[in-house]
Amino acid sequence: MGDRALSRRGFLAASAAAGLGMTALSGCGGDSNGSSADGTTTIEWWNISTTEPTKTVWAGLAKKFEAQNPKVKLKIVQLENDAYKSKMTALTASGKLPDIFHTWGGGVLRQQIDAGLVEDLTDRTKPWADGLLSVAKQPYIFDKKVYGIPFDIGMIGFWYNKALFRQAGISTPPTTWSGFLDAVKKLKAKNITPIALAGKEKWPEMYYWAYLAMRTAGIAALQKASDDKDFSDPGLVQAGQHLQDLVKLQPFQKGFLGASYSTPTGQAATMGNGKAAMELMGQWAPVVEADSGKGLGSNLGFFPFPAVEGGKGAITEVFGGGGGHALRKGAPQAAVDFLKFFASEATDLELVRKTNTLPIVPGAEKGLSDPNTEAVQAQLKGATGFQLYLDQAYAPAVGQEVNDSVSALIAGSKSPEQVTQSITKAAKEA
Amino acid sequence: MTSTFLPDERTGTGLAPTSPVARPGRGRARRRLVNWLTAVGFQVPALVLFIGLVLLPMLFALYAAFFRWGGFGMPSDYIGTDNFTQLFKDDVFLGDLWRCLLLVGLSLVLQLPFALAMAVALNQRLRGRAVYRMLFFAPYVLSEAITGVLFSMVFAPDDGLADHVLGAVGLGGIGGEWFADPSYVMATLFLVMTWKYFGFHMMLYLAGLQSIPAELTEAALIDGAGPWQRFRNVTLPLLAPTLRISVFLSVIGSIQLFDLVWVITQGGPDHHSETMAVTMFQYGFKRYQVGYASAISVVMFGICLVFALAYQRFVLRRDLEGATTNMRGDGA
Repeated sequence: MGDRALSRRGFLAASAAAGLGMTALSGCGGDSNGSSADGTTTIEWWNISTTEPTKTVWAGLAKKFEAQNPKVKLKIVQLENDAYKSKMTALTASGKLPDIFHTWGGGVLRQQIDAGLVEDLTDRTKPWADGLLSVAKQPYIFDKKVYGIPFDIGMIGFWYNKALFRQAGISTPPTTWSGFLDAVKKLKAKNITPIALAGKEKWPEMYYWAYLAMRTAGIAALQKASDDKDFSDPGLVQAGQHLQDLVKLQPFQKGFLGASYSTPTGQAATMGNGKAAMELMGQWAPVVEADSGKGLGSNLGFFPFPAVEGGKGAITEVFGGGGGHALRKGAPQAAVDFLKFFASEATDLELVRKTNTLPIVPGAEKGLSDPNTEAVQAQLKGATGFQLYLDQAYAPAVGQEVNDSVSALIAGSKSPEQVTQSITKAAKEA
Repeated sequence: MTSTFLPDERTGTGLAPTSPVARPGRGRARRRLVNWLTAVGFQVPALVLFIGLVLLPMLFALYAAFFRWGGFGMPSDYIGTDNFTQLFKDDVFLGDLWRCLLLVGLSLVLQLPFALAMAVALNQRLRGRAVYRMLFFAPYVLSEAITGVLFSMVFAPDDGLADHVLGAVGLGGIGGEWFADPSYVMATLFLVMTWKYFGFHMMLYLAGLQSIPAELTEAALIDGAGPWQRFRNVTLPLLAPTLRISVFLSVIGSIQLFDLVWVITQGGPDHHSETMAVTMFQYGFKRYQVGYASAISVVMFGICLVFALAYQRFVLRRDLEGATTNMRGDGA
């Protein structure tokens, strides 16, 4: 409670203790946190874990933390994903954030930091945060300063049907883009739909362009393009050209332009029912495939997005994102303690085992049981570079324009140059 | 009417100081005032709600349309009419306007005549006609969202009911990608719209047909008029007021079309089924370019307003005479 003297809430609470009769204070929703007269600190924890089993597991963890720290009360505020996003935008505008809040890192967190609303955790978390999975910490680090602690991490890669690959005579998954195009041709030759794609939702299409951009232009170029609001880098145009090469092979399922992701006739179901050989999707793909389709069981495999010959990026650079927690500027020490508790091996092991998250503490890897998840984890562990999901890294208008333009490229109505021009235009206007 | 129960100065039971001399003139003025206040009192709650929830937001949208505004805090980045000039240079929005016209045209040429034909058919003596009427009206009762989900399954390429049925009757070749094909998405969408809305227009026409006196048709029959002549010269002119209202509702509905499109295609593939309302939603709630989205809503409002006023002025004039255009009723 080192900052207590500085915070307005602390002052008000002290006034109350001094007998100024401000008992009504605890009734004011927004101001109910902070230290009270008997020395207990109430901290607000805003998260988006509204679904089971995560909801129950997290509530249990909160109880455990309170038992270990009798002077601290946790007040959990849970909001559904989209509601949370808009609520946080409003809170950012008003200049008051909750003590502990969910963050995806990237552009939004950056905005909050620039507004001076987020606590710099670099020194206060150093002793224990150094041991966390390096790639998982990336979204929350700006100018070498740490502003958030991850609890989950994931990445996009190719999920493939081993049986269909065997049928087409592909013995090992491709590691280069030309090898990938060859594999697509081999699958086509056997009358197998190579790729399932949800064209109606656009974001699954964006993954292809984003990965190709990382492989050709490199992660640094994507960052620079966003900073300069200029996406005309030749490498980014090339990404579109490589994608066009793929589209020309007509690798997608019939009617993919109208397909959703998780509906019974969508991308995940097409893949899960064995009607397509591959999909480019995040670590959650096996669950959704089994949920909306039959699921592939042991026939499902994972391989990283291939490298592009002559490109600046490597096959070991990953495109993904996760979840983390950040603290408001001036949050009490108890909030930092909680972050430490939440990133401990014991907690992470529980999260890995019960809530289907990937470990961010190396010791929690023993909680993994599924070979595919282990493959994803190995890729994350060996990652040499990291690019956050573009819609989280960029402002909403730019992120949507990327989705929209790439979708138009795949539908054949925009050229690779027009894609970069449209994104540049959106970035300049946003 | 209420004045008999209201205490006034003549009875001396009111709270107002009693006047020694009864002055009927002043009493009437006071009664009128009380009546007026009563009327206002009853209207205030509705007026407050209407102003607060309808009028002010509309005016605010008009205001926001002149700003570059992300939707949080107050708009501050004034950019004049940039949003509007941008809008009319945007291929997607110009496409929206074209698709709107297309839907209006198709509705007037295909959907409403079809509804009229069904109404005339079901106005005959027919075994089980109540059942038919109910069946045809049922789709209108379904919500747009449910209709959307239903038809995205029906028209799922290969696996959907539509392709199965076409395949079963040996027409598998004409089944295609339906909503997933940029060239056919509007046709498929119009098919669903017709399925959903023709029953509503059919009901309107049926009600109109019921109100046509049978004597007129009989008289025409005696005069030797054939079925087409009876329809053309008796039924159609007398049904005209209903037709005019139905056209009005259909056009306004086409301009504002959103739910069905959003659920089925989200405007895709590649914007080929996008409507003005969908574009507005994309910009307002996906891209958080609320100023630009407001400009779209203002244009939509303008189109609806101009159409509604012109339609009332030139088409509905006769139907509305004595109702809204002339309160004295001497224009009839």
